[in-house]
Amino acid sequence: MKQVMGIVNLQESNASIRDLTATRAVESLPFAGRYRLLDFALSSLVNSGINSVGVMLPDFSRSVLDHIRSGKDWDLARRRDGLTWLPAALPDNDSRKGDLKDLYANLDFAELSDKKYVALTTGSFVYNIDFNDVFKFMEETEADITMVYHVAKRDRDAKNVVVQTSTNGIVTDLAETASVKAGDKLAMSIYLMPVPTFAYIVRSTYERGGQDFTIDGIIRHASEHKISAYEHKGYIAHINSTSEYYRANRDMLRPEIWEQIFMDKEHPIFTKVKDEVPVQYKNTANVKNSLVANGCIIRGTVENSIIFRGVTVGKDAVVKDCILMQRCNVGEGARVENLIADKNVIISKNRWLKGAENYPYIVAKNVRI
Amino acid sequence: MRKTECLAMILAGGQGSRLKALTKTVAKPAVPFGGKYRIIDFPLSNCANSGIEKVGVLTQYRPLELHNYLGSGSAWDLDRTGGGLFILPPYAREKSADWYRGTADAIYQNINFVKLTDPEYVLILSGDHIYTMDYSWMLEAHKTNKADATIGVFEVPWDEAPRFGIMNTDKETGKIVEFEEKPANPKSNLASMGIYIFSADIFIKYLEEDGVNENSSHDFGKDIIPKMLGDGLSLFSYAFDGYWKDVGTIESLWQANMDLLQDQPPFELNGDWKVYSSNPSMPPHYVGEAASVKESMVSEGSKILGEVEKSVIFPGVRIGKGAKITNSVIFPFTTIEDNAVVDHAIVAQDVTVKAGAKVQGQEDAILVIAEGETVNA
Repeated sequence: MKQVMGIVNLQESNASIRDLTATRAVESLPFAGRYRLLDFALSSLVNSGINSVGVMLPDFSRSVLDHIRSGKDWDLARRRDGLTWLPAALPDNDSRKGDLKDLYANLDFAELSDKKYVALTTGSFVYNIDFNDVFKFMEETEADITMVYHVAKRDRDAKNVVVQTSTNGIVTDLAETASVKAGDKLAMSIYLMPVPTFAYIVRSTYERGGQDFTIDGIIRHASEHKISAYEHKGYIAHINSTSEYYRANRDMLRPEIWEQIFMDKEHPIFTKVKDEVPVQYKNTANVKNSLVANGCIIRGTVENSIIFRGVTVGKDAVVKDCILMQRCNVGEGARVENLIADKNVIISKNRWLKGAENYPYIVAKNVRI
Repeated sequence: MRKTECLAMILAGGQGSRLKALTKTVAKPAVPFGGKYRIIDFPLSNCANSGIEKVGVLTQYRPLELHNYLGSGSAWDLDRTGGGLFILPPYAREKSADWYRGTADAIYQNINFVKLTDPEYVLILSGDHIYTMDYSWMLEAHKTNKADATIGVFEVPWDEAPRFGIMNTDKETGKIVEFEEKPANPKSNLASMGIYIFSADIFIKYLEEDGVNENSSHDFGKDIIPKMLGDGLSLFSYAFDGYWKDVGTIESLWQANMDLLQDQPPFELNGDWKVYSSNPSMPPHYVGEAASVKESMVSEGSKILGEVEKSVIFPGVRIGKGAKITNSVIFPFTTIEDNAVVDHAIVAQDVTVKAGAKVQGQEDAILVIAEGETVNA
């Protein structure tokens, strides 16, 4: 994989998950107690042996920059190759929307490198993929472009690119649909192709008025290339709505998924390291079916919840079916259910708050209740 | 090399033979502690937090894992341009190759390193105590007193004083008038913590004299300090009143782990004074549906399906359904299978306690299971 470079495109729209993304890009949403969403794509690339990675920054880039910094925690702070920031193109150059203008503005990164292939990914999926398998599939199918899909497990109303393939894995049709059915093959915004193919698609599409890489670059010109589609059979979640965010976090409470995503020794998920103390459970603690990150102090009851770093849960407090982000504080005797609390939320003593099972109540950053 | 105000030298070569099975494969400073740390994290973090930018770590016994753990020093923010962490194992010279013959000899053999960094003060630390301390205050006291050497002291219970090196001091000024190694009838209960600050010129002079003295045992406590006192140098004590624990024995290591489990731990773990360590890439731990965790510390990547009480659980530990862990310390990547029982024990890395097996120690006889062992039912 030494000849493959990665590009992580962090320009996904966050329209449908606005509550949690008012001050951050969807890709830097905190996930599973200590991660941010982009950790999964970045770690998968690095674990596959790809050591040159470009990160295409979103509009709200502060949280991404603060999270990745030099790339050291992903072993990307290197003399040779390593991390390259790909900033967004200046808005006054062009009023077009979409990711294509930024890919176009940063084409040098791919074309001037000595790598032969590009692995293009986004940062809003939860998965743990080995790109070596995708690369092998591309060689076996002798394709110009290989994309990755997964099979939908249930019906859903959300925009998705649906893939049709022939039995040998070659793509016969690609279309963006407004809803999907169980069994549909859904594209995961991962494309692997030679650098010249990538540069040709970006250049020719952009110069002819294109906006979006997938729609204008791939779907519209699908017939011009031989595209194969590789099925990823492992766990996957695409975080494009609040309910999906809530669901995917709670999927991590299933030990088999927790093991598959995080505990593969050859493919660990890396994230920014913080020096936190192991969790301190006091004598009144009562915790069931939960993930608890380091730095927490637990004195109350916690069930079916994801507790991020540095949270304190007071005596006689009850936390059920919640996601509590970094440094939240649940006071003595407080009771919270079906709640997503953003960073630094304080729930005062004896307060009660409850959301619905399928519609969690969301508390914004730094709010005191 | 840029001039250094204070160079720290950490003596990390100790074998720690009283820790028996736990130091079979690693040096004592690399022994795990407190759910994610290793003993040497404490002096290293203290250095980082006290603003000391150059630290030499003197290694000797089973250095491989310790060297690997220290790496470039980045975990303690000690990977600095023109400074940072220096690992100093014994090395061969033209005529001979020697092990470090004593604490003072370890530094003497690296005297060229000390001269190269050209410090004004040298801080000597040991790699086998658990405590958090701001060395910059001690350095301030050293300067204010215009001392030649300052020794960190700690008040121990009178009945334990005969086990320590005891400083007899002038109550008003803290000036040391006498030093007694393990006195039968102690006149004071101020024990030496093995923490020394020396003014560099005097330090180098005394070390070079001691290094060629064949009658010396080359030990700071036994040789250097008494010699300085005898020569009428100005030595001061610096009293430390926080938590300080020598973890040289199985019982004291176990007790220090248990001390962390109090409702208010004896020293601030979550505060500004962070204890840094090399962090593994692991997810938050999972506590299962039928699990129970009380009065315990649990680290990342562990999966707890059984019962844990008054115990310290390191990263990557698996505790099966119906298993019961009490009053114990479980090192990384150990598996305790279903319905196994572990009480009053320290279970080292990569151990498997089979389903239904029993590991039972006593409060005054903590049971140790060595690294990689399997305990059958």
